[in-house]
Amino acid sequence: MIIISKDDFQKIADYALSELPNEACGLIAGRIEGNDKIIEKVYLLSNIDKSNEHFSLDPKEQLAAVRDMRKLGLLPLGNWHSHPSSPSRPSEEDKRLAYDKTASYLILSLMDKDKPVLNSFHIDGAETQREELVIKENKL
Amino acid sequence: MKITVAGETKEFNEGLTIAELIRQENIENPDYITVSVNDEFADNENFPSIELHDGDAVEFLYFMGGGSYVIL
Repeated sequence: MIIISKDDFQKIADYALSELPNEACGLIAGRIEGNDKIIEKVYLLSNIDKSNEHFSLDPKEQLAAVRDMRKLGLLPLGNWHSHPSSPSRPSEEDKRLAYDKTASYLILSLMDKDKPVLNSFHIDGAETQREELVIKENKL
Repeated sequence: MKITVAGETKEFNEGLTIAELIRQENIENPDYITVSVNDEFADNENFPSIELHDGDAVEFLYFMGGGSYVIL
């Protein structure tokens, strides 16, 4: 299971909406308790592809985020990106570029802009497995 | 010489290249990584020839990307 606060979910959604028509992206960090991942911080990074159908994290911002995680004692848990007009599930491109089978890949669909849909996946080659995602009301 | 790798300072032999560091650190999926040395990103093609020096700080970053353009 992966747990995100409502505030962080909203932060991702607001940023992704502000980046339309392009895809938005970022990183997630937090802690692991047993089998649960708890997201404590979301990072909103630039999509250097500036595309509505592709994303690449800005490496300079990624480096800054990794250092921030280290400073805060947080673990890198995975990444997130938006699909502006397609469902919240991994594309073939998402699978091709997912190198870490332990990471959580969060995908936010903006097909309904009033009700963004966020799901999390584990990706191992061509195999994808949906990870239970819980959005909690309170700060974690 | 001492090099800081991903925030941890370690001892290495002189003449160490980025390519050799990647091997010694057992970095998985090296084709997916970007390397910064003292906050400057190194060209992947030059990993075998770039020598590291005492006091350098090295970070390994995995490329992260994807996209929605092929959803089956």
